Amino acid sequence: MSALTDDTLPVTPRAMRDEMIVFAVMAVLLAVVPFTGIYPFFVMQALCFALLACAFNLLIGYGGLLSFGHAMFLGTAGYVSAHALKVWGLTPELGIVVGTAAAALLGLVTGYISIKRQGIYFSMITLALSQLLYFLYLQAPFTHGEDGIQGIPQGHLFGIFDLSKPLVLYYVVLVGFLGGFLLIYRTINSPFGEVLKSIRENEPRAISLGYKTDQYKMLAYVLSGTLAGFAGSLKVFVAQNASLTDVHWSMSGEIVLMTLVGGLGTIFGPVVGAFVIIAMQQYLAGFGQWVTVIQGVIFVACVLLFRRGLVGELAHLLRRSL
Amino acid sequence: MQALYAQLLVGLINGSFYALLSLGLAVIFGMLNIINFAHGALYMMGAFVAYFLLNLGGINYWWALIIAPVVVGIFGMILERTMLQWLTGLDHLYGLLLTFGIALIVQGVFQNYFGSSGLPYSIPDQLKGGVNLGFMFLPVYRGWVVIFSLVVCLATWFLIEKTQLGAYLRAATENPTLVRAFGINVPRMITLTYGLGVGLAALAGVLSAPINQVRPLMGADLIIVVFAVVVIGGMGSIMGSIITGFALGVIEGLTKYFYPEASNTVVFVLMVVVLLVKPTGLTGRAA
Repeated sequence: MSALTDDTLPVTPRAMRDEMIVFAVMAVLLAVVPFTGIYPFFVMQALCFALLACAFNLLIGYGGLLSFGHAMFLGTAGYVSAHALKVWGLTPELGIVVGTAAAALLGLVTGYISIKRQGIYFSMITLALSQLLYFLYLQAPFTHGEDGIQGIPQGHLFGIFDLSKPLVLYYVVLVGFLGGFLLIYRTINSPFGEVLKSIRENEPRAISLGYKTDQYKMLAYVLSGTLAGFAGSLKVFVAQNASLTDVHWSMSGEIVLMTLVGGLGTIFGPVVGAFVIIAMQQYLAGFGQWVTVIQGVIFVACVLLFRRGLVGELAHLLRRSL
Repeated sequence: MQALYAQLLVGLINGSFYALLSLGLAVIFGMLNIINFAHGALYMMGAFVAYFLLNLGGINYWWALIIAPVVVGIFGMILERTMLQWLTGLDHLYGLLLTFGIALIVQGVFQNYFGSSGLPYSIPDQLKGGVNLGFMFLPVYRGWVVIFSLVVCLATWFLIEKTQLGAYLRAATENPTLVRAFGINVPRMITLTYGLGVGLAALAGVLSAPINQVRPLMGADLIIVVFAVVVIGGMGSIMGSIITGFALGVIEGLTKYFYPEASNTVVFVLMVVVLLVKPTGLTGRAA
């Protein structure tokens, strides 16, 4: 059985330096976006999905676990944050904390149920669990069913930053994204991340070395779900609504697609993938259902022709880890 | 009581579809090591082929029962030859991703031409009406679906567990290299197996056309329920898939009567309960 990424390079000081340079370039590019005339809402939305895809990638790319239900974290955190802001009248920072905490709790519960099963079964279980939540949210009164929670007040973050101003909101989302990204980067390169990779490569061997692999996988799953939830909470301020589409299985599929296009198990791949897919949806919005067809074609093409994804292929060409 | 029996019947019908679909998934997984996410889309295609046959060619339901599984089965075999076969030796996850992509393409194309609403498909004349059983009124078509599905399931079980061809199939599942060494064309068997599994899905689609209408997304949510059924029952045994499928359908039907709010979710909740009590699923084998 070949592993998901066939050319994982050992972490060397040079690789770390390369990655930090790319990170700095990315941060600077994103920071100047508001002055380029690019529609900021598009970039904010893409940033939320990029963080979501990075969180998903932590699980599949480094833990080898394909969750086909990651939309449940996005949707749950979104609903809880939206409800907290609109009905309880909490401040933005507390709204984000409550939403993210809800996702963490969901991660604990669903992880406890699903983590003991491996491979394909894990994917099917997470998909079924997210469908279960979808129906619960469809029927629960606080989500307002098909309408969703709309008209969410943006408020002042820490009482200072007025989030109703697009420029302020943009930098808040950017800081949130970069923070989440660095946390994931740190996790991947920590001893914990190394154990996770060893589980992905050969779980029986990791067990024989004395690692309690279920605990490692559980921690990775909860961390991934929590960060996905954080992305969902941020997205509430951008979209100003929380709706059923964020919990639907097709959203889980899009998260998988973004990561696959960018490159499973690459550091920057999910970010590139998220921007590509969101841009594609933006430009092809007029084509109706053909967007779904095109997404399907991309799935097929990625799996059959370039499994490394955009960034993975580039890294392979340059013989660098990206 | 009338309502209870009616819901039980609906449950048995849904159970028939669960059994036919999870049976196909299990057969395909055994040979190809792929979880066929496109199964729901191919089930939908079966219903659409029946619809086209009737409305474009004037070919009736009985012929559709034969033609639709063959047409969709051939389509499936083309998919296997052109795409799925290249995944041999790769991580299982790629099979799931590839077939998910295929499902998106197929469903997207049909949605584009037929929207999301249902197209009617009428019950064949011979199966119209109903029988009064004393304790309930049984619509003939619904009784037919349950009995016919059961027969097809048992025939598939017989084919795989009791015939020479089935013995080759089971042997190739265990050790394809050895079976090839005996001069059996394993790649062709894999293609035919995929065709068989997909054909079963298409057959379920034809059966459901007069009951549930023909819709491009009719298989999209169904396949997720079937995944839960597969998680509960495991994919190790053919008979296990059949029994789990029917049993879960009946439980779902009972839920519709006693607590309708939970009828959408009961299969998923049962899956959670099973996983908590017995993490390997009911029929054992750890994956």
